[in-house]
Amino acid sequence: MSAADWPHQVYRVLKTAGVRLVGYVPDAGHKRLIELCHADAALRTVVLSTEEEGIGLAAGAWLGGMRTALLMQSSGVGNCINVLGMVRECRFPLLMLVTMRGEFGEFNPWQVPMGQATPAVLEAMGAVVQTVAAANEVAPALNAAARLAFDSYAAVAVLIAQRVIGIKSFQEQAAR
Amino acid sequence: MKATLRRRAVVRTLLAERGDLLVVAGLGSAAWDCTAAGDSALTFPLWGAMGVATMTGLGLALAQPKRRVLVITGDGEMLMGLGTLATVAVQRPGNLAIAVIDNERYGETGMQATHTAHGVDLAAVARGCGFGDARVVWRGSGLKAACRALRVGAGPVLVQFKVVAEKLPLSLPPREGALLKSRFRRALLGPGADTE
Repeated sequence: MSAADWPHQVYRVLKTAGVRLVGYVPDAGHKRLIELCHADAALRTVVLSTEEEGIGLAAGAWLGGMRTALLMQSSGVGNCINVLGMVRECRFPLLMLVTMRGEFGEFNPWQVPMGQATPAVLEAMGAVVQTVAAANEVAPALNAAARLAFDSYAAVAVLIAQRVIGIKSFQEQAAR
Repeated sequence: MKATLRRRAVVRTLLAERGDLLVVAGLGSAAWDCTAAGDSALTFPLWGAMGVATMTGLGLALAQPKRRVLVITGDGEMLMGLGTLATVAVQRPGNLAIAVIDNERYGETGMQATHTAHGVDLAAVARGCGFGDARVVWRGSGLKAACRALRVGAGPVLVQFKVVAEKLPLSLPPREGALLKSRFRRALLGPGADTE
């Protein structure tokens, strides 16, 4: 399997880690992974109206004995700040996979402030942040993050660098 | 119309003979109401995370499809997460019910009016999102049927109880989040939950 097919590798990691529920707000960088999740009848895949809903979803599922993962774009991290306090106070495991914007050749200036603040915001709320800068590193990083989350009850965010996603213009994004 | 229902009595009725019911309580007065009705390991009271009580209930309902899950929350908490009603409706969890204890006030911060005091109809929002059963209850005469809908009706169900705006004695559950989480999981999943 080529490094370019990291979404499929990530999907396999989620399955192996015992994740049975995936929440997401769409991002172009997560498009293929979202499709793989929806195509799996054994995986409940929940579209959210805002990313903070996913934190509640993950907390409730863990109360019920189910492992989850959340997919979002860096802009969505800002929507989660206050409810991440619940994750920290209760020591809920949390596995987040975040596609980065606003940090490598960004074409939309409105993405830059939140993209630049994403690692600091997550760390301020007690999450472990792990950034991957190459496609072939995404799945191994997520595998380690899943163990950190579910075995050590940590909130972990794997940030996929914008250079991995590789979108360089509005036109290119729209064409995907 | 003037509210006549008393919130503590409503919640006591909702939780009477609760059996294996799983409860998520929204922050503030709704959580105090649940504690006043009897603290339980199978109630997860939120002390923060305003706006995601229903999503916590949804996660629990999806993880435990054979158990009934009841979210008991306030109008202010529900208003902060209106989008959660859309997300819940799309998932159609048959075992999830939401009781909104609506005093039309932010009770913990000085009893300021919420949007429901100005006519915002949460049950209508829920119906608009796709809830098959979402209703407003103003009188004690509607309590029994509403309670039945919340406990056994086809979910997702939402009942908005219009209650008297009153300041009541605090009835506080344990505060420590990790304890609340662990006791809930242990009670639901057994001692194996501690070593998962």
